[in-house]
Amino acid sequence: MPDATGLELLARELRESEPDSVRDTEYFRGKAALHVEPPAIRATLRFLREKGFAFLASVHGLDYYPQEPRLGVQYELLSMEDLDRITVKLRVPTDAARVESVTPDWPTADHQEREVYDMFGVVFDGHPDLRRILMPEDYEGFPQRRDFPIGGEPVLFTKDEPSGRDYTA
Amino acid sequence: MEIVKREKAGDGEFRSRQLRAQQMLRGDLDDDALEQHVRESILTTTLDKAVDWARGNSMFPATFGLACCAIEMMSIVAARVDVARFGFEAFRATPRQADLLILSGRISIKMAPVVRRIYDQMLEPRWSIAMGACSSSMGVFNNYAIVPADKFMPVDVHVPGCPPRPEALMHGVLKLRSMIQEDPSMGWRDRYNAHGTEEILGA
Repeated sequence: MPDATGLELLARELRESEPDSVRDTEYFRGKAALHVEPPAIRATLRFLREKGFAFLASVHGLDYYPQEPRLGVQYELLSMEDLDRITVKLRVPTDAARVESVTPDWPTADHQEREVYDMFGVVFDGHPDLRRILMPEDYEGFPQRRDFPIGGEPVLFTKDEPSGRDYTA
Repeated sequence: MEIVKREKAGDGEFRSRQLRAQQMLRGDLDDDALEQHVRESILTTTLDKAVDWARGNSMFPATFGLACCAIEMMSIVAARVDVARFGFEAFRATPRQADLLILSGRISIKMAPVVRRIYDQMLEPRWSIAMGACSSSMGVFNNYAIVPADKFMPVDVHVPGCPPRPEALMHGVLKLRSMIQEDPSMGWRDRYNAHGTEEILGA
């Protein structure tokens, strides 16, 4: 049951079984989170599954621009028995955005990792079918990254009319 | 060209013509009387006008919903607005049988080729209505994912709203109907200051 103390106990146990895995722990507003090194993600999730966190509720990507390393992947785990949740976070840089896939262990991660790849460009090594899932196959770029242009049509708002901006050019 | 206006026949004259026509049908029609009979009992029009009248009153929309606007689109066939009154009620499940494509909702750039393909599969003549803000101008989704319908296919009528009420879509449908039937109430003569250029056939 990870309250702040339980989280530290979990982290210590994980450090003992997997050295160089836990980078940091975070306990914020009643929610426990483990920051791990990207290469240790599969071992970490396997360890937590044995601790009762047998349900991978969500995998999602983040962009921490302008911090480095920019991209993040978060795994939300749920323990059905203890009714408790824990988040596992990792960070990768944009120029080497590679994380080992957890799909072999958690089939539910298949589509969610594809979505993270589609939107943020994180490549999951070992994923059985890493394709874009939401955007067209020939789409270029990763639209949820913070430095991606918003796109769309320029709109001339009434407040901008006096400035004389020309949107038709 | 001189514009000729024919006086509308009064009630009494109409009745007497009716009686005359009845008489003429008793079998004693000679050439002049036959000619008279044909003139008085046959309504002439152009084939185009007759076809447009029929087309405008028997539109089959494609069964094709995109997003939340589709809910409003469904309700125009229900009892309250009941588009069946104007011959629109038969939503066809295949574009091959449909005349009208109602773009009811947002079109993502991944969906756009699909929509275009459905439009291409429809047989001529075909029309389309862009329903709601998203399919007309991307609405609140002014970003990388959504594309306005005009970018990839011709649109005849835009119905604004988010979503438009069923009555608004109904209004758009009726505007399209009058457009098909070339009703001057579309107002283009007013917009282009084009009064007095009407062509009167047979003058």
